[in-house]
Amino acid sequence: MASEMVTIYVMGKAYEVPHDLTIMKAMEYAGYRFIRGCGCRGAFCGACGTVYRTKDDYRLKVGLACQEMVQDEMYLTEIPFFPGNKATYNLDKLKPNSETVLKLYPEVFRCLSCNTCTKACPQDIEVMEYIQAALRGDIAKAADLSFDCLLCGLCAARCPAEIVQYNVALLCRRLYSSKIAPRAKDLEKRVKEMKRGKYDKEIAGLKSMKRRGLAELYEARDIEPAD
Amino acid sequence: MYYTPDMQKSMELVEKTRKERQKQQMPLLDAVGKVGLLESHHPDYIKRIFRKLKVGPSKNTLTPKEFADVLEARSMIDPAKFDVSKIDYDVDVLIVGGGGAGAAAAIVAHDAGADVLLVTKLRVGDANTVMAQGGIQGAAKANDSPAIHYLDVIGGGWYFNDPDLVEALVGDAPDVLAWLEKLGVMFDKDPDGTMLTIHGGGTSRMRMHAARDYTGGEIMKTLKDEVQNRDIPCIEFSPAYELLTDGKKVTGAVLYNMETREYLIARAKTVILATGGAGRLHVDSFPTTNHYGATADGLVLGYRAGVPLVFMDTIQYHPTGAAYPEQLLGQLVTEKVRGLGGQLVNAKGNRFVYELETRDVEAAAIIRECAERKNGVETPSGYSAVWLDTPIIEDIHGPGTIKKRLPAMYRQYQRFGIDMSKTPILIYPTQHYQNGGLKIKVDTETPVKNLYASGEVGGGVHGRNRLMGNSLLDVVVFGKRAGAAAAERAASIRRPGKLTLGHLKKFHKELTAKRVGRNRVAPILLPEYRRPEKAKNKVDILA
Ligand SMILES: Cc1cc2nc3c(=O)[nH]c(=O)nc-3n(C[C@H](O)[C@H](O)[C@H](O)COP(=O)(O)OP(=O)(O)OC[C@H]3O[C@@H](n4cnc5c(N)ncnc54)[C@H](O)[C@@H]3O)c2cc1C
Ligand code: SF4
Ligand code: SF4
Ligand code: FES
Repeated sequence: MASEMVTIYVMGKAYEVPHDLTIMKAMEYAGYRFIRGCGCRGAFCGACGTVYRTKDDYRLKVGLACQEMVQDEMYLTEIPFFPGNKATYNLDKLKPNSETVLKLYPEVFRCLSCNTCTKACPQDIEVMEYIQAALRGDIAKAADLSFDCLLCGLCAARCPAEIVQYNVALLCRRLYSSKIAPRAKDLEKRVKEMKRGKYDKEIAGLKSMKRRGLAELYEARDIEPAD
Repeated sequence: MYYTPDMQKSMELVEKTRKERQKQQMPLLDAVGKVGLLESHHPDYIKRIFRKLKVGPSKNTLTPKEFADVLEARSMIDPAKFDVSKIDYDVDVLIVGGGGAGAAAAIVAHDAGADVLLVTKLRVGDANTVMAQGGIQGAAKANDSPAIHYLDVIGGGWYFNDPDLVEALVGDAPDVLAWLEKLGVMFDKDPDGTMLTIHGGGTSRMRMHAARDYTGGEIMKTLKDEVQNRDIPCIEFSPAYELLTDGKKVTGAVLYNMETREYLIARAKTVILATGGAGRLHVDSFPTTNHYGATADGLVLGYRAGVPLVFMDTIQYHPTGAAYPEQLLGQLVTEKVRGLGGQLVNAKGNRFVYELETRDVEAAAIIRECAERKNGVETPSGYSAVWLDTPIIEDIHGPGTIKKRLPAMYRQYQRFGIDMSKTPILIYPTQHYQNGGLKIKVDTETPVKNLYASGEVGGGVHGRNRLMGNSLLDVVVFGKRAGAAAAERAASIRRPGKLTLGHLKKFHKELTAKRVGRNRVAPILLPEYRRPEKAKNKVDILA
């Protein structure tokens, strides 16, 4: 099946590429070999944030190069790096509240509630909502809403208040998970048992077994029924 | 989304048989059936794919040709002319690779007081670790124990696993989970804090811990944040492309700044290879689930320095890689889809294998269905594939289940105009995981002194087959062990070693003597995805 061709402009330079490619594959088709701007190739790492515009439209759009399809007359550039502010901290010493967030990232105060970040997010995250939640000190909500964040940086690139949303989100998730969500008790207990060497003997026994004996045990395992 | 008339017709058959299939019981294969299927159709058993290595510490062992091609290749460096006298970095512990294993090692080595440098090929976190969706194993529940976990691991690996390594894996697991929990990894939990766990292929207890369907991403982001909080120096886009030795022991590495195209010399008392897997070698042209930098560099570097390889004749193919649309080719369709009741269905609308056999069996069954039985569906780009019936999940568990339980998956397909809760998707096996790798001991040291290896680049933990969820566990367990051991060793070394390329000279000589690899250069660092006619025209004027 011969593909219909479209014209894209990579940083202003025109290339003819098949219409059914992602921006990433179209750039490779055009002859680019990525060093930056390409990581997982599957919407997990956030390395390939891209800004583009289409013909006769003044609006800037954003997307992930590994996910977004090319369009005819698309003007694009990747933003493979964003010099966002990242606070450093010792998590053990922090409290899960708004003071912590605002001390590490005072710029969160400056949020204008313009919602530009939400519109930019390729993961359809309610970015403004989680920033607002962080501002209010609702750490649990900020953690929950921001969970799917890939750290692509597109929200921060568009934010008029220079907030680095994804770093605020990461802080909130870490605060929530380490300080608000209750610890797993059975896990705590198991860790103690391990320290006491409770299973050492049993494992030593298994280690000394030959293949045949192990296979017998393995085949006879009882399988916990799935719920 | 565009479907050819044949695809559409076949899709209708899938819909027609759905109700019937929901009631249908597929038999589990017995041991004989499994072995027969594997031997006839699993790529690990297809002789044409393999070649015997002619040089190096594991010569005469079999490995896929694509691996042999990079293992039996020359370095970009000519050891006779190369100048190693100007030292750019001088550290205790050099960590090569910024995935889960590398980051865990960096944190632990730094906490032990070592002067650490982490170098990586892409950005820290652009790695296979960030892509893991399903979960991480660990025996933490009352009805489970490390001993039960041990048995699952070793049975899953066909009893070839190194018992010491398995003991370390399952024994450290509870501690590692608690460590991640304390670092603030957002595990799925009950309101009382109990972790939600499910089964994975080959588990006898529900011990798969998850962070929604971004488990590896959540772990990676947390570890990266900790590396940054400690101000551990990281150099991105600067892969290691050769080790340095004093003739016997490892003493550093040559780095390559891919942007300025210059090399840099790092002297180190100990070196940890944490370079991950090799999906981008595309064994037998299989697509892959792996990230862009998974090109077996660590294997190449370690092998030249004298580290033997174990189990390099077995690769894990994930049975359900996306086969259509082309943009998703090779990408993982998580095992959870089948766990929730998704069915494998051929072009005629019939099931052909029970969906929860082990990965190798599932992959072989799909390949047989397409290759031998010609029951595949042809995609517009000419691949043969089978259906994964996803709408049936909504019939079983109720409408909205897919969006709720598999959000990343759902979004992935939605981006290309496919609603997987309404239409089935096309899948075919994809190269997923390197079961074997560099030989290591429990503290991750290789047989070459002061050289450590951890994570997917290491071999022996999983024997001949890794179970889902044991790899994320592997990278944190052995990443931490590597960091601790390498820091401790470094502290005991007073004077840094001599920097030479003696091992490379020897390796090149062996290549020449055996007349192999004359025109090949490795590590390849990045795969080549330009069109051949474009790649052919390249000129490195500015290099
Ligand atoms: C799509 C997918 C889903 C998966 N799902 C699961 C799951 O649910 N559960 C599970 O347990 N496992 C899963 N796995 C497997 C698991 O994620 C990996 O095996 C594991 O994360 C590997 O970690 P690592 O640190 O060894 O390597 P990686 O995370 O790949 O990190 C290696 C790093 O080294 C860098 N590097 C490579 N070469 C060089 C060089 N020459 N110099 C410097 N740096 C270099 C790479 O770019 C990369 O950053 C999955 C894998 C994939 C691909
Ligand atoms: S773009 Fe910035 S200022 Fe606007 S809502 Fe988002 S965080 Fe607030
Ligand atoms: S929240 Fe920001 S950094 Fe995270 S995925 Fe959305 S746009 Fe990217
Ligand atoms: S390459 Fe990782 S998100 Fe696009």
